[in-house]
Amino acid sequence: MKDKRIGAEDVVAELRSGMTLGIGGWGSRRKPMSLVRAILRSPLTDLTVVAYGGPDVGLLCAAGKVRKLITGFVSLDSIALDPCYRAARQRGGLEVREYDEGMLQWGLYAASLRLPFLPTRAGLGSDVLTLCPELRTVRSPYDDGDELVAVPAIELDAAICHLNRADAAGNAQFLGPDLYFDDLFLGAAKRRFISVERVVPTAELLAAGSVHTLRIHRGMVDGVVEAPRGAHFTECPPDYGRDEELQARYAAAAADPAAWNAFLQEYVA
Amino acid sequence: MTLRPGEDASLRAGGATRHEVCAVALADAFRGDGEILASPIGVLPGIAARLARATFAPDLLMSDGVAALVNIDGAVEGWLPYRTVFDVVWSGRRHVIMGASQIDRHGNQNIACIGDPQKPKAQLLGMRGAPGNTINHTTSYWIPSHSRRSFVPKVDVVTGVGYDRAAALGARAARFHEIRRVVTDLAVLDFATPDHAMRLASLHPGVTLADVIEKTGFPLSFVEPVATTRAPTDVELDLLRRVIDPRGVGAREVSA
Repeated sequence: MKDKRIGAEDVVAELRSGMTLGIGGWGSRRKPMSLVRAILRSPLTDLTVVAYGGPDVGLLCAAGKVRKLITGFVSLDSIALDPCYRAARQRGGLEVREYDEGMLQWGLYAASLRLPFLPTRAGLGSDVLTLCPELRTVRSPYDDGDELVAVPAIELDAAICHLNRADAAGNAQFLGPDLYFDDLFLGAAKRRFISVERVVPTAELLAAGSVHTLRIHRGMVDGVVEAPRGAHFTECPPDYGRDEELQARYAAAAADPAAWNAFLQEYVA
Repeated sequence: MTLRPGEDASLRAGGATRHEVCAVALADAFRGDGEILASPIGVLPGIAARLARATFAPDLLMSDGVAALVNIDGAVEGWLPYRTVFDVVWSGRRHVIMGASQIDRHGNQNIACIGDPQKPKAQLLGMRGAPGNTINHTTSYWIPSHSRRSFVPKVDVVTGVGYDRAAALGARAARFHEIRRVVTDLAVLDFATPDHAMRLASLHPGVTLADVIEKTGFPLSFVEPVATTRAPTDVELDLLRRVIDPRGVGAREVSA
């Protein structure tokens, strides 16, 4: 098996400005923050970001790295709204595709199955369809004749996710309560990178959790970054919970340029 | 009866405070739902769903708010990651109580943003699951501050689908759409009118019809005399105060 261990800077070196980047996790939960920080330190820009958004999206928006965002929400969970994302939206100029949460899953799933779209009822009658004018509906070819939303495949140039454990080949494990949609982000992407709390020998993976926790296999991963506390300040159970104190400082600092620079010095630099 | 610190005696109705009346009105939304997933969003809806399950709706399934189904004793009875939540939403076997920053007379809900969606005055939650919820299964709303800011003639963005939008899709596409009730700090509203326009179903004890009309930004259907929202039973009050919400956190969502 190939040894796929690389550094965060190697991941950034594979990315290009203008790419479509998927980010795993959910809200302020198990986000690949060490990789996001590496992107923040790089000259990368003009990104299309796809995420169930949290502070990853807030930080990238605040740094002016995002041209377009495809999302279902941006939230810090314990703080309902991300102030950086709010500010970026309220300034204008950020192109946004706000999907229903389930539509986002469907778009990633379609891409991971190499289908042009997947049908759903979600979105019908709502302003998702009016605010995303490129979305089309499709009529069932069967006798029911149902008109459904055809969620287009969301093809990603690259995806980054943070997991609890992996071996050097990229067999990765989630030990918390929810995989979220990390498998679909990796499935939808041409280049797939994960960071993990700890790289362990393959034979040790099952010591930490049942086979059901091995939802990411090495065929889904191109590079593995060992990054202890790599999701911090978002939560990464059971390794650690959310750093609510730092998250609260992140949220508070967004309103004040001096405090924001101090936060970036501490957290990103 | 003794008042708790900060409690207003005028809100009392048969020994119940306003937030307890609201909790029971929200719990009543789940009547007849059977063995489906109750997804109450917010503090008082959560209290209400647990009250419903402890009394007349024992079969309701409920999440721990993370990724597990927990029974009435708090024991984990199933795994409910987000992927499974979406599956349940699309299966229709769910009843959600959502909030609404804006709602109109057809029941269109907005939680996305205020103002022009291209450059909003205030970015709010986003679409979240509202479009999929409302087109797939029963929805109710909890609006803790009944005002013209929230009850508007036209919402800025339709996140949750209302009856006019559902009707425009045709009967077949709309067949799973149902907004059962809207509970506020002042009243219970529903859509039991021929054209599914919002109707004042009942006033909470101590609230006048004029109050509600004044605080609603569109013409409201009602038939006089308007009913009074039912008072909690002694059993319900005991459960609320002793078991479900002994610290009274539900009161914090109701400013009335």
